[in-house]
Amino acid sequence: MIAIIKYNAGNIRSVQNAVTRLGYQSVITDDWEEILKADKVILPGVGEAGSAMKYLREKELDKLIVSLKQPVLGICLGLQLMCRYSEEGDTQCMKIFDSDVSLFPRVDKVPHMGWNNFFSLKGELFNGVSARDNVYYVHSYYPEISSCTIAVCDYILPFSAGMKKDNFYATQFHPEKSALVGEQILKNFLEL
Amino acid sequence: MLKRRIIPCLDIRNGRTVKGVNFVGLKDAGDPVELAKLYASRGADELVFLDITATIENRHTLISLVERIAAEINIPFTVGGGINSLEDVGHLLKAGADKITINSAAVRRPELITEIAGEFGSQCVVVAIDTDLINNDWVVVVDGGRTPVKLRTIDWAIKVEKLGAGEILLTSMKHDGTKKGFSLEITAEVSRHVNIPVIASGGAGKKEHFRDLFFNTSCSAALAASIFHFGEVDIKELKEYLFNEQTAVRL
Repeated sequence: MIAIIKYNAGNIRSVQNAVTRLGYQSVITDDWEEILKADKVILPGVGEAGSAMKYLREKELDKLIVSLKQPVLGICLGLQLMCRYSEEGDTQCMKIFDSDVSLFPRVDKVPHMGWNNFFSLKGELFNGVSARDNVYYVHSYYPEISSCTIAVCDYILPFSAGMKKDNFYATQFHPEKSALVGEQILKNFLEL
Repeated sequence: MLKRRIIPCLDIRNGRTVKGVNFVGLKDAGDPVELAKLYASRGADELVFLDITATIENRHTLISLVERIAAEINIPFTVGGGINSLEDVGHLLKAGADKITINSAAVRRPELITEIAGEFGSQCVVVAIDTDLINNDWVVVVDGGRTPVKLRTIDWAIKVEKLGAGEILLTSMKHDGTKKGFSLEITAEVSRHVNIPVIASGGAGKKEHFRDLFFNTSCSAALAASIFHFGEVDIKELKEYLFNEQTAVRL
């Protein structure tokens, strides 16, 4: 069973649809027991960092998430919430990855929206994926590059497109909206 | 490098796909989900579904269609038509739409843009601007292009960005349905004046029109309907052509 963490963010249904298309059972939940016993956990998210962290704290889901031992995948805002700090809403995040999240300087169109490639791909999440492939991004804030970076995208400046630490994985792009390449990345995660 | 996007638009009436020439004389072009899957497999970067009837009665038909699309499609999609309230937006996003598009409702009540962006984020708010060249001035038109309003297109585009729009879908009514190419003039001007992505629409008739659009304007995406529906231009061939013409596209 795959647990998709329910919180006040959009896009959760899309993640579940993508998991279903790959043949996995999933549940959208904020229940501690259900999340703890899941084989894999996904923290999705489109939304605002401050209100999302507030919601997670109120339900003490932040403490639960950092304590999880099974593979966890953060997507987009999910990744940013797993970083140290986000400039969006001046938000202290879960501090799993040693990166801060900042607003893109407005020297090009913001949000960074659409298909972009990535490079310096590391690890099993990107099996069968190459730097020529494109994935779908929608974000105005970017996670800086750090020791946890496993993929880099360059838009306005280089930033972390993928991050990993121990059992925690995350993508700044949306694998659930990234056609066959995204399906491959989600499949890699679900097969961990 | 960020890629220029190719977006097929599917006009929906009672759960079926239609496309009008200048919004008059509708032709049936099939089941939206089947067509959407075909486009996704041919390399469409996103899809737009516009409910052109948009009455209260067929709202449920649209919602269940959006749920079917979301279950089957692995690329982003936008839904529009008859959206007047936050509640309408909530239903569509909950059903699985990634973005919504509003047009006349935003002209009538601009605060709606800010309300939607505040509740659901700017990234899901695509403001559609229909524009026409009237007395040598590009102005906004509403009600499917029938009614001009006292609003210069550039001023409105700048304003919708300030109000919280995440993207602009710009349709030149003068070009829509003509198949003689996109309006390079107003597309370039709007793209220059805003810092959010602009999707150009209206006038696509052949591959070269897309090249001319991307060469001559800084727009982020091109939208077209009938040339894709009736197989006049294949999306995969179009993107290979653009790639060979040095345009950054996703292959």
